[in-house]
Amino acid sequence: MQTISRNTISKGGRGHFLEDEKWLGRFMLAPAVIYIVALVGLPFLLAIYYSLSDVTVGSRSLHFVGMDNFRHILDSNTFWRSLRNTLVFTLVSQLLVVVLGNILAMALYKNFRGKWLVRFLILLPWVAPISLGSIGWLWIFDPVYSVINWSGRALGIFAPTTWPIWLGQPNLAMASVIMVDVWRLLPLSTVIILAGLSSIPQDIHDAAAVDGIGFWRRLFQITLPLLMPIMLVALLFGIVFTVTDMIVIYVLTRGGPYDTTQVLSSLAFFTGIQGGDLAEGAAISLFLFPLLVAVAILFLTLARRTEVT
Amino acid sequence: MATVETKSITKSFDGGNAVDGINLLVREGEFLVFLGPSGSGKSTLLRMIAGLETPTAGDVLIGGRVVTELPPRARNIAMVFQSYALYPHLSVFKNIAFPLEAQRLKREEINKKVEWAASLFGIQRLLARKPRQLSGGERQRVALARAVVREPVVFLLDEPLSNLDAKLRTSARDELQQLQRRLGTTTIYVTHDQIEAMGLGDRIAVLNHGKIHQLGTAQEVYNDPADTFVATFIGSPPMNLIETDHTITGFRPEHYLPRGIYGAHEKVIEFPFQITRLEYLGADRLVYGALESPLPSVKVISRLPSTVATPVEIGRHYEFVVRARDLKHFDPKTGLKTSTG
Repeated sequence: MQTISRNTISKGGRGHFLEDEKWLGRFMLAPAVIYIVALVGLPFLLAIYYSLSDVTVGSRSLHFVGMDNFRHILDSNTFWRSLRNTLVFTLVSQLLVVVLGNILAMALYKNFRGKWLVRFLILLPWVAPISLGSIGWLWIFDPVYSVINWSGRALGIFAPTTWPIWLGQPNLAMASVIMVDVWRLLPLSTVIILAGLSSIPQDIHDAAAVDGIGFWRRLFQITLPLLMPIMLVALLFGIVFTVTDMIVIYVLTRGGPYDTTQVLSSLAFFTGIQGGDLAEGAAISLFLFPLLVAVAILFLTLARRTEVT
Repeated sequence: MATVETKSITKSFDGGNAVDGINLLVREGEFLVFLGPSGSGKSTLLRMIAGLETPTAGDVLIGGRVVTELPPRARNIAMVFQSYALYPHLSVFKNIAFPLEAQRLKREEINKKVEWAASLFGIQRLLARKPRQLSGGERQRVALARAVVREPVVFLLDEPLSNLDAKLRTSARDELQQLQRRLGTTTIYVTHDQIEAMGLGDRIAVLNHGKIHQLGTAQEVYNDPADTFVATFIGSPPMNLIETDHTITGFRPEHYLPRGIYGAHEKVIEFPFQITRLEYLGADRLVYGALESPLPSVKVISRLPSTVATPVEIGRHYEFVVRARDLKHFDPKTGLKTSTG
């Protein structure tokens, strides 16, 4: 008798657990929460812990060293150069992404034959794995087989004496990694801006046409101000992706030549993982955190302020 | 002030013709209403006059000048949209000043004109606000002020009152008409609301399936509909239509009354019917019923004014009549009017 009644109760209880909205909600949120805690939260806390210690790859002991790691990286020239490179890399590439993204989105907003094909091609870089795309670019920039150089020479654009080593000359190397980053992030930005464009009612454009303004005034006085909130969000995504990503740099230049393309995320990787100094690598990568938080707060505030409806 | 003319203007979409070879002349200073159900092509016709759509064939003339190929801004027109289409990121002042800034007028002149337009609509105190801080009625006034401020030769209004609540709509209608009379600007007004159309328009163009079925004053389209579409589209409840051997006979519900209402010398025709439903509307009673043999069993409606005290009951037979001169006749094949009654 007792066993039976207990079974009934527990069965009923389980039924309630999934029917109770409070528990159902928690249950359905759980995968996301577990994912974030396990793969973002824990590593983040671990990074803070490591950055205050002297841990190395393969070491078994761990001593608390306070702010030593941070002091050390602030004294290092490579760190400051990487920080500067990060800023240049991010600002230039995101400026290009926003401008080109707007142009592309506006072109795609219009109807024309074969639009689906163009959309597909534009989205392709976003769908393709980053490393695969970057390896393709590695070949395009190859010092011997560079498609750009051979085509340029064949078409007579490059003089016979010109033979740029894309990833080997400091300024060209930075330009090259920026180009690849733009290529990679442009689709996302285009799609976001395109969504923003479609959300502007046709009536507004019609009213502007009747009120008598031409293309440029419409662009700067109507379209762009109305796009601003969503453009800021697109820009925020772009900045976060660019600052935290190291795959493009790692595959193309490994930070070279002479650290001219070294950015904070790649420096953290080379120091912490390849150099084995986990503590200092953690300290470097943690430096990105307050920077990005500040950027995120700034952009979201701006986006809200420019919001109009 | 200018005339507006369309010459066999046509707009084809891939389903067929939204506007089908319309010839139209809007007189100088006239208030013309395009009235039609949704999908009748009335908005497309208006947008072609504005230059927002390119006609597939035909021409638009404003002030006698062909403007078919000109962009909207070169036509010197102003348009008010159903959604008002205010620029959400600009203040009311900037919204109204927008078309003037596009003309690159001097700052002082812009200020003066905006002040004038705002005072026309009593919205001076709203100039610093953003559209989202305004009520529906206030937005509508801002949209009108923006249209008026540049003193265009033609106003184009696309259902500008349909987003207002019923009470506001009546007063807005009144103000709109007064304003148009005062400014004397040729105005084309699109609506699907026949009360709005009849109350506002000097003339009404009744549209359906991309064609104008009738163009005339409110009295003409109501009292003397050109075909069965106009007869049933205008008037609520619509005209009763009875198809017999070779003709369709039509009469308005308010003309279909008990025998005793009309004088003895009046020539009347009897339409006996059985009542199926009664609706009490305060000022009127609507009496629904079906005609009886020898007439075809068609549903008919009578509108009894509250001054007619005749008792009517559901299920009983009555012999209501229509004066012979109130009867309309239409051709059963074409639907066109065959004689004036």
